[in-house]
This record gives sequence, C-alpha cells and structure tokens, in this order.
Amino acid sequence: MPRYAALIYEARSNEGTGTPEDWAKTMAEYTDFGDTAGAAGVIGGGEALQPTSSATTVQVKGGAKGGEVVTTDGPFAETKEVLGGFYLLDCADLDEALRWAAQIPGAWHGKVEVRPVIDFSQM
Amino acid sequence: MIRREGGRVLATLVRLVGSIDIAEDAVQDAVVDALKRWPADGVPNNPAAWLTTAARNRALDVLRRESKRTAKEADARLLDEMSVAFQEVTTDSMVRDDLLRLLFTCCHPALAIESRLALALRTLCSMNTSEIAAVFLVPEPTMGQRISRAKKKIASARIPYRVPADHELPDRLPSVLQVVYAVITAGHHSPEGRLDARADLAAEGVRLARLLTELMPDEPECTGLLALAMATHARRYTRLDATGQVVLLANQDRTRWHHDEMESAAAMLDGVVRLHRPGRYQVEAAIACLHGIAPSLAETDWPQIASLYATLEMFAPTPVVRVNRAVAVAQAVDAAAGLALLEEQDDFKLAAVENWHLYWSTRGELLDRLGDTAAATAAFDRALNCVTNDSDRAFLLQRRNAIVGNVASKRREAS
Repeated sequence: MPRYAALIYEARSNEGTGTPEDWAKTMAEYTDFGDTAGAAGVIGGGEALQPTSSATTVQVKGGAKGGEVVTTDGPFAETKEVLGGFYLLDCADLDEALRWAAQIPGAWHGKVEVRPVIDFSQM
Repeated sequence: MIRREGGRVLATLVRLVGSIDIAEDAVQDAVVDALKRWPADGVPNNPAAWLTTAARNRALDVLRRESKRTAKEADARLLDEMSVAFQEVTTDSMVRDDLLRLLFTCCHPALAIESRLALALRTLCSMNTSEIAAVFLVPEPTMGQRISRAKKKIASARIPYRVPADHELPDRLPSVLQVVYAVITAGHHSPEGRLDARADLAAEGVRLARLLTELMPDEPECTGLLALAMATHARRYTRLDATGQVVLLANQDRTRWHHDEMESAAAMLDGVVRLHRPGRYQVEAAIACLHGIAPSLAETDWPQIASLYATLEMFAPTPVVRVNRAVAVAQAVDAAAGLALLEEQDDFKLAAVENWHLYWSTRGELLDRLGDTAAATAAFDRALNCVTNDSDRAFLLQRRNAIVGNVASKRREAS
C-alpha cells in the first residue's frame, strides 16, 4: 500500500495556540479525524509539531558532508503558514489520499500538502 | 490514420501496463513496425487491433526484461497477471472507457494546469513536443521538461487511471472541457505547417466531446462544447483554397459546408439552452451556429453575434474573445467601433497579444478600412513577425502587399 505524508501548514502554528477555547475546539476536530481515519486503517503515523518559534534550521555549506554547519534560528522559509504537523496515510492512490487530506482540520485552518513517501523496499 | 488510432491504442496500453512512459514507447515501436510492414503486407482489417496487439507484446517484452534485471518476485507475479489481462479482446466500449480514463488522468487537478493540456495533446492526440511547444508559444526544451515532469508526477504520486465517480465529476469537468476545447482549436488552427496540418485533431475533438456528452448527458456545457466542435468542423473543407491559402469566412464557399452537421449542432444546442444554465461553450456554439445558418456574410446576424461575444467576454475575458468581438462589432456597427474595442485593452492584456498575429492583423484590417494605410501596414508587419504557420504567413503577406499596392496605384493615378 503506498504511503503519503499529509503535511499540515497553518498560520497558527506560527503564533502559538490561540485562546484555550480555540485550542479545545481544534483538538476535538483532530480527535474526530483521528477516530474516523484510524477506524478506516488509513493512519500509519503522525506527529504534531511545536510552534515555529522553537524551530532551528541547519544547513551544511559547501554541498558536501563535513562542510561548515550554519544554524539559523527559525523555520526554513519565513512564511505566514508553516509546517505544524503531519500524518502518514496509507492509501491506494492519490485520489484517496487527497480525500483523507481534505478531512484533516489543517485543510480548513490552513493547507495540507500531500507528498508520496518513498518505499525503500521497492528499490 | 496511425496518428488517429494512436491515442486509442495508447489509452488501452496505459491501463494494461500502468505506466504512460512504457506504454508510449511500446506504441511508438508498434507504429514503426506498422510503417515497415503495412506498405508490403497491406493495411490490416482492423488497424487499431493490430497496433494494440503489437504494442502489448512489445510492452510485455520490456517489462520481462525489467523484471529479470531487478529480479523481483512481485514483478514476476504482476507480469503473469498482466499477460492474462493482455489476452482480452478490446471492445469498442472498453476503448471508449480507456479514452475517458486517459483524458481524466491527463486533466487531474494534481497536475499544473498548463501540464494538463500538454499531456493530453501528447497522449490522446499523438502530437510531438515541438508542435505542443508551438501551441503554448514556449521553447521546445521547456515543453519537453513540462511533459516529463507531469508524467513523473502521475507515476510517483499514483494519480489513478480512472474516470472519477459521479459526485466528483462537476469539480473535474471544467479542466476536461478546457482541454478538449484546446484540442479542437489546435485542429482548426494548426500551430505549425499548413493551417489544416492537424485536421485530424478537429475530428478527435468532436469524438472526445461526444464521449463526454455521453458520460454527462445532463451537463449543458458538455453538449455546448460538442455543438461547437461540430459546427466548426462542418466548415472543414472551405477554410483553405487548393494551394493552402487561407480563405476568409467572407469568401468561403457556403455550399460546401456540411449543413446536416451544422443543423444537428444547432438542434442539440437548442435542447440545452432551454435548461437556462449558460456557459462559455454554449455561447461559442451559438455564435458558430449563427454563422453556419447565415446564407452569406452580409446576411449574417452580426448584432446578435456581437452581443453573444459581449456575453462570452464575461465568461472568458481573454484577448482572443476581445479580438473576435471587435470583428463582429466592426460588421454590426462600423470599423471605428471595432478598433475602439481593440484599443480599450489594458496593459496586462496588451502584453498577452504582443506576439499574437491575429491581434495585429485584425488591427491592420480595421485601420485599412478607416483609410490609415501607414498604421495598417505597420500592424501587418508586426503580425508577420509573430506568425508561426505557413498558411497564415502567406495570407498576411498577401494582405499587407495589397494594402501597400493600393496606395502605390492611387499615388500613380494622382500624379
């Protein structure tokens, strides 16, 4: 079964959690999605990430291992919507993955990017 | 003929082998084989079936070689299943379903909008990269990359090879209609060579529009597109003269139009217009039908056509529509009113027409009618700088020289 990463981009991941009411409502929405997609056997994993204020970006210069390590405070790209978490979805094809992705709360609070996961056992 | 069958054969092969790349190579090899054998052995009774069988065998060879190289058990099992599937006898309804699958896959929303049409022209219409590049006015390597990226995405993201479920169709429809429309346009206005070099695309466009109409009989825009395709196709033998020169609508021999096709297009359109769910393809079809039923250019209902173009511009505010509207208004009112519409374009739209020969030639014609020969000649010079197909170039050159010649002879008369 192909696996897809559903990467959740939201403006709120940038700013923290908002009011406790917002937080509770969002958690309920995610629990709802987890119950539905979990019962369907689609979820192969996933994590929520701390806000981007906690992010550090590491880059090794020179295009090769052992180069100078440059560490930057903050996420890779300074955009309004940032990666806030992800699910791993086991789906037959892209259409099915997109259908599930559209049910992730992040899809209406922000956007969800769907990317196929490389299956190393097939290489 | 091989080109015409190519899309069908490929559509079936993609379903069988599950890879556009392998299917394309296999069909290509089968075509090369056919070109070698048919002249000597004669064309088989069912060329499409012959090509499909040849391409299947070819694909199976490639897959067997691949599986030996990687020595994967899964592949071997898959191949066994596949050779069973390869025994199938392809029926017409299966070919129809395969074509729809290929069309919807090429038009999948996960592909960039400009990639969808490119891919459809490549796979369904067997156009080569250089022809497609000319359609989009981009360099050939850029187009090559765009097509190969799209094919890679279909494979890596596993865009499924199927016709969407009924409830998904409304969302998927606009992009499919847009692609079929572009196929029809390329058929009537070949990007390269003679204007009718890809007349097969016009017929393919009618077939694809009919497939969609059968799939979605309640969707007025599908029927509108089919009516448009048919009404345009009905004028196919009158657009060029014997030497390949463009014949303007005004000079086309209307007795050689296919009036039966024109009438069935108009009847079909009447049926859906009553549903009162208008859209751009219904409006365009109405324009094409009005031209089709007019006994002559002078007796054409120009005011009605000009007003339909104004409606069309609300659905599709493009420079192409504006130029056509200007032509209709020039007929319905006068040349100055037409020219005014061309000059009303904002900067953004002017940038879009900068390299479009029909914009400049239309300007040239209207300026000439207003007696501004110098500006008309300059406009035709710009048109000649942008034109890509031979028929249009010859026509533009002839018009430009006629305008310059008129002035020269008037000067001689005066002196």
